[in-house]
Amino acid sequence: MHWLGRPFQERSTQRFLGILIVALAVVTVLNLALPAGHPLHVSTYTVTLLGKYLSYALLAVAVDLVWGYLGILSLGHGAFFALGGYAMGMYLMRQIGDRGVYGHPVLPDFMVFLNWDSLPWYWQGFDMAWFAFAMVLLAPGVLALVFGFLAFRSRVTGVYLSIITQALTFALMLAFFRNEMGFGGNNGLTDFKELLGFNLRSDVTRVGLFIASGVALALGYIVCRAIVGSKLGRVCIASRDAEARTRFLGYRVERVQLFVFVVSAMLAGVAGALYVPQVGIINPSEFSPLFSIEIVVWVALGGRATLYGAVIGAILVNYAKTVFTGVMPEAWLFALGGLFVLVTVLLPKGIAGLLAWRFKRSESSGPGHGDLTAGEATT
Amino acid sequence: MNILKELANRDRVFDFLAPADSPVDVRHGPILYMENVTVSFDGFKAIDNLNLTIDDGELRCIIGPNGAGKTTMMDIITGKTRPDAGQVWFGTRHDLLTMKEPEIAHLGIGRKFQKPTVFEALTVFENLELAMSVDKRVIPTLTARLNGEMRDRIDEVLVMTGLVAQRHQLAGILSHGQKQWLEIGMLIMQRPRLLLVDEPVAGMTEQEMERTAELLTGLAGKQSVVVVEHDMGFVRSIARKVTVLHQGSVLAEGSMDQVQSDPRVIEVYLGESEEAA
Ligand SMILES: Nc1ncnc2c1ncn2[C@@H]1O[C@H](COP(=O)(O)OP(=O)(O)OP(=O)(O)O)[C@@H](O)[C@H]1O
Ligand SMILES: [Mg+2]
Repeated sequence: MHWLGRPFQERSTQRFLGILIVALAVVTVLNLALPAGHPLHVSTYTVTLLGKYLSYALLAVAVDLVWGYLGILSLGHGAFFALGGYAMGMYLMRQIGDRGVYGHPVLPDFMVFLNWDSLPWYWQGFDMAWFAFAMVLLAPGVLALVFGFLAFRSRVTGVYLSIITQALTFALMLAFFRNEMGFGGNNGLTDFKELLGFNLRSDVTRVGLFIASGVALALGYIVCRAIVGSKLGRVCIASRDAEARTRFLGYRVERVQLFVFVVSAMLAGVAGALYVPQVGIINPSEFSPLFSIEIVVWVALGGRATLYGAVIGAILVNYAKTVFTGVMPEAWLFALGGLFVLVTVLLPKGIAGLLAWRFKRSESSGPGHGDLTAGEATT
Repeated sequence: MNILKELANRDRVFDFLAPADSPVDVRHGPILYMENVTVSFDGFKAIDNLNLTIDDGELRCIIGPNGAGKTTMMDIITGKTRPDAGQVWFGTRHDLLTMKEPEIAHLGIGRKFQKPTVFEALTVFENLELAMSVDKRVIPTLTARLNGEMRDRIDEVLVMTGLVAQRHQLAGILSHGQKQWLEIGMLIMQRPRLLLVDEPVAGMTEQEMERTAELLTGLAGKQSVVVVEHDMGFVRSIARKVTVLHQGSVLAEGSMDQVQSDPRVIEVYLGESEEAA
């Protein structure tokens, strides 16, 4: 498992984990230890908002893994995020038990409303946490495996791949909108009560979910760093830049792509599963093609192929979105588009590129061992 | 049954006698043997009754005017193009015409194309690391670690290619000549038995050509090397034996001096330069 330990020796990863841990600790203390009237008190509302940003950050890391390092521009990662979210949502629905509006012992409210008399087969097992949590990984993982197998085997890449990932998430959105699918139609799944026995409305559970999101981000980040810092990561970069040449060296590029794509989809699923209990709802809008494009914009703004850039991009853009939609919601899409154009023109390497440039100027130590090239020193 | 068949087949070395670790058998002849090979594209014979043998460890230069069929010849050896007639053997045991491109590459025939392609976002060291002949499946690649022997091997190739000082540099910022050497280095990492090099010094400076000559002559003996080149000065500086190709078949073969004084060769090259003038 030495390859999983390697990220801990990298300075950029240490720095990232350090900042993340300090931020989690500070927010937690400011929420729990200070009284509500204190000027430094962080409200539970804000904690949950930050927890949502952290789950988005994990999603952005997953997208950067395939886009930044493999060169696969997925415009459908929202689908994997939503599937993880639905798996969590189904578990939370079953946790409601007989406390729903209709008081049915097993069936969720929307099924009672639709006059269904029994649980569909694919809802079985979701009353067990271990099963539901396994599905958080498996549902997106299997979809990515099947989709990726077909796409990469037929050497579908570039714009065509981006388009069919959009089609994938769009098709799923239409399917999940339908009541007969058994996922609550356009209302989705909501009115959750408990997670693992913890009341979702309590402050402590909220802080717990916030910390869980931070920990998941840290673990996801480490897994991704371990992959991109390994020889496999260098094969990814090689195939991104010169696919035919990589094949000629004897690497089965389509298998590398499939492996990394599936890992990325699973991380997106985990992000979705953490997002749902914090916002309290999952509905088909998470499958919308526009959302998947937004994720890509976060990564582009933060800076591709750095992983931490994706985190910065996701948090900053979503913070801006929160502020903006509070002031003038109609203008948000224009602001996002404008920001995207500005950054691609002025900062082609995103915010991370700017940071790396600043650091290089202030440190200027050692040979130019950027993040993409940390190969030999750590192998 | 197979063994009986083989015993009856006395014109070849018995497979079961061949050493297991070296699949290419060169004890009874050349490493590459081409006989009466013909290829035509839409009726035009790009290769016409070509006969060529390369000895184990030999450094051979192939020259010839544009369109003589040099690149096509390499395409045939590597399995990219199938000839209409003829035989191509690698050692005495491998009929290359029955094998696919990846199999031929795996067997130990490395090829450098005219245009260099290295991985620009990776360092020189990492480029060589990726080219190393090890298990290339996904999980072994994920968990791969360099051991001392592998490092030594990369270091050795860095020395051979003169890229020691550039080992941590991104391949993208290398000069044109350095990229060519890196690519040859990547070929050497795969431990080929036979190296095919197409126009290695095109666009190089005088000093870079000298370095390339040293590199290629240093390889000969350990590997067999076939170099296609237009630059006569360069060919003279490395070649012990030169083959002149013209209209798809061998026009002359011998030392550079022999070949250059051959009236047919003079005619072909003079004819060409008159056209150009
Ligand atoms: N796939 C093909 N289809 C049709 N004609 C071809 C094909 N490949 C090569 N030829 C022709 O075969 C002849 C030999 O080409 P080849 O590329 O082998 O020449 P060469 O000796 O490598 O020339 P150069 O010195 O210009 O590289 C040329 O006339 C070329 O046009
Ligand atoms: Mg040619």
